[in-house]
This record gives sequence, C-alpha cells and structure tokens, in this order.
Amino acid sequence: MKVLVAVKRVIDYNVKVRVKPDNTGVDLANVKMAMNPFCEIAVEEAVRLKEKGVASEIVVVSIGPKAAQEQIRTALALGADRGIHIETDEEVQSLEAAKLLKSVVEKEEPKLVILGKQSIDSDNNQTGQMLAALTGMGQGTFASEVVVEGDKVNVTREIDGGLMTLALSLPAVVTTDLRLNEPRYASLPNIMKAKKKPLESMSPADLGVDIANRLSTLKVEAPAARQAGVKVADVAELVDKLKNEAKVI
Amino acid sequence: MSILVIAEHDNSSLKQATLNVVAAAKAIGGDIDVLVAGENCGAVAEAAAKAEGVNKVLVADNAAYGHFLGENLGELVAEVGKGYSHILAAAGTTGKDFMPRVAALLDVAQVSDIIRVESEDTFVRPIYAGNAIATVKANDAIKVITVRPTGFDPVAGEGGSASVEQLDIVKDAGLSAFVNEELAKSDRPDLGSAGIVVSGGRGMQNGDNFKMLEQVADLLGAAVGASRAAVDAGFVPNDMQVGQTGKIVAPQLYIAVGISGAIQHLAGMSDSKVIVAINKDEEAPIFQVADYGLVADLFEAVPQLEEELKKVL
Repeated sequence: MKVLVAVKRVIDYNVKVRVKPDNTGVDLANVKMAMNPFCEIAVEEAVRLKEKGVASEIVVVSIGPKAAQEQIRTALALGADRGIHIETDEEVQSLEAAKLLKSVVEKEEPKLVILGKQSIDSDNNQTGQMLAALTGMGQGTFASEVVVEGDKVNVTREIDGGLMTLALSLPAVVTTDLRLNEPRYASLPNIMKAKKKPLESMSPADLGVDIANRLSTLKVEAPAARQAGVKVADVAELVDKLKNEAKVI
Repeated sequence: MSILVIAEHDNSSLKQATLNVVAAAKAIGGDIDVLVAGENCGAVAEAAAKAEGVNKVLVADNAAYGHFLGENLGELVAEVGKGYSHILAAAGTTGKDFMPRVAALLDVAQVSDIIRVESEDTFVRPIYAGNAIATVKANDAIKVITVRPTGFDPVAGEGGSASVEQLDIVKDAGLSAFVNEELAKSDRPDLGSAGIVVSGGRGMQNGDNFKMLEQVADLLGAAVGASRAAVDAGFVPNDMQVGQTGKIVAPQLYIAVGISGAIQHLAGMSDSKVIVAINKDEEAPIFQVADYGLVADLFEAVPQLEEELKKVL
C-alpha cells in the first residue's frame, strides 16, 4: 500500500529562539533549519512499514519555500521513494495546509497518511486532524504504536490518562507522538542516492487552493523571564522557606 | 455573542479543566452553553449545570460518543456549534483530537492553546514551546478555540443552575472503533490540576526510586510528574510527563527532583507559582527558574525532605 508522509521545515530544535525587536515574529535569518522532529518520526514509521513489507511506496510531501526541498531530500535519504514540493514563500496556516494536502491525497490515493502531531514552531496540533476531516478519513492522533492488519490500522494513542487503542478503517490519518519510534540517521550512500529520486514541484495555485491566512498575528513577544531565586543550604532551610516565606505548604 | 463550551469528562465526572474553559468563555463575554457529549453521562450534565456562569447544558448521550472518538465528536460539535460565535474546549488530548475536525468541517481556522483573551476575536497563545508569545486575531465568523486550562482560574463548580436540554443528534462516522485503554490508576490528585506537583527526572535512576517521591507527594497531597528523560528511559509511564509535549502544569508549588531543566520541560512547568529544584549539578538550567534551589544528592535530600515535612505538616 502507498503511504503519504507530510513533513515541515522548521527552526532546528536545538536553536535558541529569539523574538525580533519589532515584535513581528521570531528571528529566522541565518538560523539553522531542519525537519520538524515529529515529522522525522512520521518518516521513520513509514520506512519501517516498508521494511516490514506493509508499505509498497512512500511519497513525501512538504509545503514551503524552495529550501523545503532540503527536508524532502532528507526524507528521501531516509527511505521515502519520491517527493512532492508545494512551493510557496507565503505563511501557510493549518487549515490551508490541510486543503493542500487534501488535493495531494485525492491525486495519490494513499492508504495511510502519516504526519507529525504538531510542528515545533507554531505548536498548533491541527493539520492532521483537519486533513482527516476534509478527506472523510478516520484519525489516530498522538500515536505511540501503529499496526496495520488487512484493511484496518490499530493505533495506540498517548492520551491524558494513559494509553488508548483505536481500530481505524483504511485509508486513515495517523499523527505521531514522541515514543512511536526513534528515527534513524541517513547514511552517506543514501544521501547520494536521494539526489536522484524524483521530486515534483507545484504551487498552491496549481492545486486550486486559496492559502490566504485566516488568522492574523498582531505581535510576538518574548515570555516574561523568570528570575532565579535563592540557593538554600539544606533541606531544613528549604522546608522553612516553603512554610514561612512562600507559604505554599 | 454566544459561546459553546465542550465539557471534558469521563462519563461519570466533570473534569476541572471544563471550569477553566468556562472562565475563558466568561473573559470573552456572552451567553455560555456547555455541551456534554458522552454515554450515560447524566451526572456530568448535572455537574456542568452547577458551574458558575453557565446558561444552558446540552446533552448528547449516545454510545457513539462514549469513547470520545474524534470523528464522531467532530461532526456533532460542528453541527451544534454552527449557531454559536465561539466554540471552546480544553487543550487536553481529547480537545486537541476533535476540535481541528470541527474547524475543518466549518471551514474556519482554529486558535490553539490560548492562555489569555484580549477581546472577542483576539487571543494570546504560546508558540515555539513557550519561547515566544503570540497575539492572534481570528478573522472567521466562528472562532474555534482550544484553551490551556492553566491560563485561566476556574469558575466555581457550585452555585449555578443552568437548564439541561437533551439533544437527539447521533453522529456515528463509522471510521474508527475503540479497542481498549490502559488508564493509570491513582489516588493522588490529577497532574494537570494539582496544587502541588513533585516531579522526578533522569537523576532518579530507575522507576523504583520514584517511590521516594510518592511518599513526599502523599504528605503534601501532591501529584507526581516526570520529565521526558525519565519517561523515555522507561522509569514511569507517559501520562506522568510534564513538558512541551506532555502535560502543562502551573501548580502553587512545583518540586523538581533530579531534573536538569531542558527547555521542553521548562515549557510545561515554568508558570508554576513557586519552583523548587533539587539537583546535585549546580550548573543545571533548572536552577535558573527555581525560586529555591538545593544543590544536593537527591538520594540524601528526598528522605530528609520527607522527615522535615513530617515535622511541620
């Protein structure tokens, strides 16, 4: 079966985020960018499904500027078979991303679509669920285990109280949580091979999707900094401070 | 304006997060209705009717909603919610699951995880794991919003007398089926709403050592949490994880034991009123946010803490 994986180019998770002095956003100039960590887990899961013989083809799609092709190439080096780049320099918000992905789903007809549960820049946690709703598919969000059996997929989800397992009819959408797998690193030979794998490029207009933003960001500020407090000498002093100074016990 | 709040519950009791969401709805202003969707959830509806500021409770009681499947709740809430100006739910794993479906079905954007209301269409939310705070204006006619419960003080759970109305709307998409769940059982308070949280990190070394924290927690009436490092190492289950991708907590007192203070952990607890850090590494970043820091071996400090607490409590 065909698996579609969506990946996003975001600020590298090791980079210290700095808000721009004019409060219009986060400073991304000359900042290291990378594949969103949850999307790496999504790619890894698809590759494992292929290694198990469950997936026959992995198509990776990314929406973003020209440079997003780097993340598509990374996914190809990790084991995806071909790439689709929906190129735009505009900010694409979750609903519009879901609409773009819907048109890819309609064309590619994958049995399974795997996405990260959220991107570490906007932290929205929306696109997978929106795509599922728009395409009329079931969803297994925050997945920690994915087992395909025939025309069903069983997804174990990380929920507030513990774990929950759902059975979804295929085609379905899965969004990944942290403990689904540990992504591998691409080997140098595979990075070289990935350069020859097919990568198709198109625009949102080619897909007939209006990507005008519905949400306007009015300002972006740094969070109120928390001041470091005092060091206490021992446990007795700590308990005394909690009881008599902070009055929280 | 009219606001629909989707109750968070387990079919038998109303979760406190719902009261935080009603508080967010009050900050927006307008009539507040609460939708209770579940199976045999009459007691939840009664509890919701007592919440301060609630106008009406709508109840959709059907097996289709018993396990809060996102496909079914999405369709139900989109249908009931289309007559409202705002639809709000708590940003827990249930709300995060079905609300984007509601937004997509209504063809509107969603504003996720708000921590403050500026006006009826403008909201404040953390981005980049809380390293930046965005003020966002929603331009669609219906605002679909998930609310971070710790951002709003809960309304009173008693004293209200809303009317209760049964809805006869059954949405069973037939796309998903519940198989099973493994829920953590604990007599301790819920991590997300506890007044005191005691959390352990990689420094705990193994799951058995968390018993030391549990003993301290039980003296304090606290919940027990963990860092991602402790969960990834298999010391404790995922539902105990505090952090950007786990639970966001903001208790009166947060005691971090053997936690270095990775950014992703700080994102989940730095709004706590008082933070205590116990760590043997005095350079650990957790000390930069701690009100009270104790540089000590936790295997000596935690038993001492238990003894000292017994003296004063």
